[in-house]
Amino acid sequence: MSEQNAHAQHAEGKHAHHIVSPKTYALILLALLVGTATTVWASYVDLGIWNPVIALAIACTKATLVVLFFMHVKYSSKLTMLTVLAGIFMFLTLIGMTLADYISRAWGQW
Amino acid sequence: MSESTIVKLPDQSTARIPKMNYLSKENGILSWLLTGDHKRIAILYLISLSFFFFIGGALAGLIRLELLTPQADLMATDTYNKVFTMHGVIMIFFFLVPSVPATLGNFLIPMMIGAKDLALPKINLLSWYLYMAGGLLALYTMATGGVDTGWTFTTPLSTHYVNTNVLTTGLAAFIAGFSSIFTGLNFIVTIHKMRAPGMTWFKLPLFVWAHYAASVLMVLATPVVAIAIVLVALERTIGIGVFDPTKGGDPILFQHLFWFYSHPAVYIMILPGMGVISEVISTFSRKRVFGYTAVAFSSVAIAIFGFFVWAHHMFIMGISNYAVLVFSLLTMLVAVPSAIKIFNWTFTLYKGSITFETPMIYAFGFMGLFTIGGLTGVFLGVSGTDIHLTETYFIVAHFHFVMVGGMLMAFLSGIHFWWPKMTGRMYPEKISQLAAVVTFIGFNFTFFPQFILGTLGMPRRYASYPPEFQILNVFSTAGATILGVGYLLPVLYLVWSLRYGKIAGNNPWQATGLEWQTQSPPLTENFVKMPIMDHDVYDYEWLEAQQEKEKEVASA
Repeated sequence: MSEQNAHAQHAEGKHAHHIVSPKTYALILLALLVGTATTVWASYVDLGIWNPVIALAIACTKATLVVLFFMHVKYSSKLTMLTVLAGIFMFLTLIGMTLADYISRAWGQW
Repeated sequence: MSESTIVKLPDQSTARIPKMNYLSKENGILSWLLTGDHKRIAILYLISLSFFFFIGGALAGLIRLELLTPQADLMATDTYNKVFTMHGVIMIFFFLVPSVPATLGNFLIPMMIGAKDLALPKINLLSWYLYMAGGLLALYTMATGGVDTGWTFTTPLSTHYVNTNVLTTGLAAFIAGFSSIFTGLNFIVTIHKMRAPGMTWFKLPLFVWAHYAASVLMVLATPVVAIAIVLVALERTIGIGVFDPTKGGDPILFQHLFWFYSHPAVYIMILPGMGVISEVISTFSRKRVFGYTAVAFSSVAIAIFGFFVWAHHMFIMGISNYAVLVFSLLTMLVAVPSAIKIFNWTFTLYKGSITFETPMIYAFGFMGLFTIGGLTGVFLGVSGTDIHLTETYFIVAHFHFVMVGGMLMAFLSGIHFWWPKMTGRMYPEKISQLAAVVTFIGFNFTFFPQFILGTLGMPRRYASYPPEFQILNVFSTAGATILGVGYLLPVLYLVWSLRYGKIAGNNPWQATGLEWQTQSPPLTENFVKMPIMDHDVYDYEWLEAQQEKEKEVASA
């Protein structure tokens, strides 16, 4: 019932303050700690080119958990989610278009 | 014969400044330093911005004096490097980026959308404190030896070769960046959440649309330059190697990060100025802005396209030829929404009842100079001509046409336009018209010769040059003195007008914005009761009907 109310308030554009249970927070904290430990462990294993890939994949997963749960984006309005997506989009633009330069430098003249 | 002015002032023998207003509500220095009122914070910004503008202007004066003769005879070449660097740092981070948003935007956005204040007043005050902290730190670095990397902090010069105050100047820009992020964030939340009843998105004044687009840029782009500055600091202090090829890094990566912010920063600077011009052109033509929706969306388009063009600053820096091709093409696209604005303003003038009060003269100056600035940008966006023109005085002339000829003209236009609202008093019209014309003439004398100098091949950032370039440099320096007079005049007469200016009344320009429908200077709460937007934006017929109604009530 209370969830329905919260949904209704969302629909009206009002702020419904979602309370996250301590259990969820603890689980996320645990996941973050496991992520950190895995990153440290993986850095000691020689995986060649995959070392940075794995480190970045773990970091991205951890960042996603923080944004979704600790920053409450999972329970926020669509506008907030759109704002977060705008940030991610700009970040991907920065990385993608910068890499476009790096990748194509070796191609020589057009 | 048609009237030559639209100004309608109250009877000066009986008119009084309203006793209760945001300026008179509280007294004492603390009431200003601890204020949450967006209007007072705007005034704090106006005073501090003007201070930094004149410091940056004095440095520009030194540059022009040095370039009066071909030899480096006024100052040592090292000192010259520091002077142009500090000129750039102060003018960009401490004047141009915050200029219109932090003063006019702060003052007007809540009033234009019918709100009492910005959504986050304390964050607003914090942003001013951060701005001041950054600004004072920049002045401190200047006093203790300065920095000579150019305002772009380009690596590897900034990380490996120079031994000046790179860290402290970087920190100053870093702090100022947060001030900018907070301002942008505040505007976005306010525009989304605090619009008065009836104030739909397509009834927002174009000034608000332009600030919304600029705010998105502030929030999304500024953190990247902050990160780039932190990386420079880490590279200098502990040599992390991210910009160092010997450790697997790349100095050009810094430029990617830096220009990812600093190109959109051009639009952070110019978009709010474009917002001012939309309001001024409409008011002094007595017409709704032609193609309102196109102008509103062109602001958003500029903000979006502005993110995809940054590498055009790096065509000769060693980036891939394919990247040059793509970024060159994308750069052409951003000219489209800018042109949409210029064409729409021109069509707004068509068959309008145009009058030539000072804000309008500045606005005309903006349209002409920004157009030249924008079109010469196309020369630089085309990679072939860019190779010849980049790092010459052509580029200096180009961005001064956009920033000084465009943005500063817009800022002065806006300051004059809303001065009666901010202070309750009119500025003196004749001398201010003269100042606008002097500024325009001085500007062209200063910067037009620089296009020719650049085309002839005179490089930027050198204290000496071949003697055959002297005549054009003398023109430019002479023009700078005229320009200096043009900028000093407003300071004198605007301060004078605070005491001796005519009482303005609520709406001296007969403008339609909500900010003009309340007293001047406004109450701390802006409106006596919450306004309801029951008419279209720029609806001059509504205004006339409203005034007729008031007359009837008064006579009854």
